[in-house]
Amino acid sequence: MILALLRRDLARFFPFTGSGAALPVVFFVAVAMLFPFAVGPDANLMAKTGGGVVWIAALLAAILPLEKLVARDIELGFFDQLRLRGLAEEAMMAVRLLAHWLSFGPPLLLATFPAAALLKIEGETFRLLLAGLLAGTPGLAAIGLMIAALTASLRAGAALSGLLLIPLALPILIFGAGALARQDAASLGFVGAISLALVAITPFAAGAAIRAAREG
Amino acid sequence: MQASAPSLTADNLACRRGERLLFRRLSFRLGAGEARHVMGANGAGKTTLIRAVAGLTTPYAGTVTRDGALALLDERTGLDPDLPLGRALAFWAGIDRVGGLALESCCDRLGLGNLLDVPVRYLSTGQKKRAALARVLGQGAKVWLLDEPLSGLDTASQSLVSALVREHCGGGGIALIASHQPLDVPGMTSFAIEDFAPAEAEEKEQA
Repeated sequence: MILALLRRDLARFFPFTGSGAALPVVFFVAVAMLFPFAVGPDANLMAKTGGGVVWIAALLAAILPLEKLVARDIELGFFDQLRLRGLAEEAMMAVRLLAHWLSFGPPLLLATFPAAALLKIEGETFRLLLAGLLAGTPGLAAIGLMIAALTASLRAGAALSGLLLIPLALPILIFGAGALARQDAASLGFVGAISLALVAITPFAAGAAIRAAREG
Repeated sequence: MQASAPSLTADNLACRRGERLLFRRLSFRLGAGEARHVMGANGAGKTTLIRAVAGLTTPYAGTVTRDGALALLDERTGLDPDLPLGRALAFWAGIDRVGGLALESCCDRLGLGNLLDVPVRYLSTGQKKRAALARVLGQGAKVWLLDEPLSGLDTASQSLVSALVREHCGGGGIALIASHQPLDVPGMTSFAIEDFAPAEAEEKEQA
């Protein structure tokens, strides 16, 4: 049942097969492309600030898919039907988290290659950026899913989720982008730790939110 | 799936919507082959009852005991709107471990045979209802919870629903049906949910 659910969720959210799911990646590359136009093609300036821009783009790209992550399946009665078949909400959300990350993390990492080229990020900085995004995107996906589940039953949920994600994602951004400024891989450990903690609590928080939305 | 006979028991059930008590002291017991029709006006609490019996919400008071797999039909289809009907149904068939042939015969039974390539979101209200019925039928669960199974259906499909319920109960299944329309199922008992609504004095006491 879990595998069938994962296949379905992936088909829903994966770029180019799901509906409009490529948008976050396109958005991510677009930001990286626009930045040199806005600040001018100074290679030094770009090498210094480019990594931070990529992180901000990644964070904002994480907001885009939130709207349809949970709310549509609640409206559809999808989670109710799974519940009747004995599947716990926590398991549904764990599967959804995995599917969400797979459809958002790896494509973003791939898109980092052209983005880094546009921003003149090279060598050690590029490696730190890639490692940081690899460690940070599961955390971003977890925050996103948690917020999407919590706001699913609210009318202005979509607008609210963007506002909620930004402060919660700050620690990941600070340590992730901070590693680039100091050229120090140690703070990526913090990014990984934050991500792990978020990934661990998200299925429970989101599952409880789904149950609470039913009672409403 | 349990080998024992299915049963569905509600004991002293009370449910609220928001702050308002909808019904209380509602008890019933359904054994193999029995069907019960829950009647009531819009907003009387039929859907609330079905969802509490399904275990999706926690009742305000009382207990529900379920023995046997549950299938739920309500106003939401549970089918992906972007997928063609055939693939949307195949997803649930895979979850419920129903073979392709069984699914096909369910679709034919409900007259969906020529709609399988149509995305779910293009289906009409009645067609969506029939698609959801095909999902319930394919599930093969012993206990059916049907919330307004007749709404949006034409006369032919309505009598088809009655026939399906008759067959289901004839095969030892249980059906709890919330509807304000009559169904043609011999032996089906019914109750009105308004009979369990709290008296005004009680409601004041609640507040």
